[in-house]
Amino acid sequence: MIIIDTANHIAALAAKLSRPQVIAAYPITPQTTIVERLAEYVEQGELKAEYIRVESEHSAMTACISASATGARTFTATSAHGLLLMHEMLHWAGLARLPIVMVNVNRAIGPGWSIWSDCNDSMSQRDTGWLQFYCSSNQEVLDTVIQAYMVGEHKDVYLPVMINYDGFILSHTSMPVDVPSQEEVDKILPPYEPPWKLDVENPMTHGNIIGPDYYMEVRYDMHQSMEKAKKVIEQVDKKWKQNFGREYGLIEKYKCDDADYIFVAMAAIGAEAREAVDRLRNKGERVGLARLRVFRPFPKEELQKIAENAGLIVIDRDISIGMGGAVFSEIKANVEGEVYSFIAGLGGRDVTYKDIERMYELAKEKKDGWYSIEVK
Amino acid sequence: MKTTLSIPKKGAMGKTGSWRVFRPIFDKEKCIKCWRCWIFCPEAAIARNEFPLIDYEYCKGCGVCANECPTKAIKMRREEK
Repeated sequence: MIIIDTANHIAALAAKLSRPQVIAAYPITPQTTIVERLAEYVEQGELKAEYIRVESEHSAMTACISASATGARTFTATSAHGLLLMHEMLHWAGLARLPIVMVNVNRAIGPGWSIWSDCNDSMSQRDTGWLQFYCSSNQEVLDTVIQAYMVGEHKDVYLPVMINYDGFILSHTSMPVDVPSQEEVDKILPPYEPPWKLDVENPMTHGNIIGPDYYMEVRYDMHQSMEKAKKVIEQVDKKWKQNFGREYGLIEKYKCDDADYIFVAMAAIGAEAREAVDRLRNKGERVGLARLRVFRPFPKEELQKIAENAGLIVIDRDISIGMGGAVFSEIKANVEGEVYSFIAGLGGRDVTYKDIERMYELAKEKKDGWYSIEVK
Repeated sequence: MKTTLSIPKKGAMGKTGSWRVFRPIFDKEKCIKCWRCWIFCPEAAIARNEFPLIDYEYCKGCGVCANECPTKAIKMRREEK
């Protein structure tokens, strides 16, 4: 059934279709309408879940960790400062191997106080052991939230999953979305089967002291699982295509085959870059787009292949202060050849297809930097 | 998948009773079977028998049971060398 609604309401609907047993809720702009909508579902009896109104985001993540540790399927949503307050518990969820699913609506960090989109909130959580998806349409939000459970709960993965999309640009914008039925979702998303769980009938503790002789093995295993997640994401994607006709991959490649330059961007800027590619192609320029949909695990092998015959123009809606764009840095660490870096759109500054076309012109002159501030 | 799980097992840390400096002495004449000692023992070294039964192989002698006992049926006495 095709409906028209905002990404936040679509995320709530996708969560409902995934049958979470425990939802932890704490409001923060621009995420709030997700947990509000879920509260309505629970109140009206459309969703049978324990809905916990916690006193902070740290508690929201702790509630999800505790519930997930008993074998329950969990969901929560947050943004910006809320995500940062969760930081300690994000690490815990990762190391405990709990496939919690969380939507993070990307929002810039204050001060100065900002409610508008940028990716510094989620980028600063990239080392916590969570898979990170970045969506560029409401349809992709719906599909990715459900897929997140299929990937995170897979026996080769058992890791938490964060789904990101731009505050307001997506979160409060209505788009048409094809929504699968509950039966269709139940068919491909069976109930969660945990590898371990806290159980009063079979007592044990989790997270006890671990000495230097074992700790590294636990981390290594996490890293291996994250690598394996690439294959699992692709398998899930294939299954999704068979059932619903849509597929995304780790990277959405658009007109890359004969391109001299390829834009690398994420989330809403990734969608905008598609428009820029079409306009530049109309002018005879051979450009393409590699929209990074999955940032953790980092799809370096695929990026290396993409960069074999083309220069890359990386657009970061984030900044690692004292280093540069986070996506750029990671690409630079994995790819040889020409790579240009643009920092753009911080604090919700608009990045239009015209800006992206301008970046292409600058890169051709071998210039890059902070778009609209300092390019050289 | 590797993570850190601990399954409880009696005596995993060895015979912790050897750590004890003060020994709980139980007087069943004063015991009213309220089971507060059993509830509060942090080491689960008190069993529910007809009366509370202290396991001296594992009791570390912390004295929590004696402190909690409402009828002073448990007294702590220094261990002899």
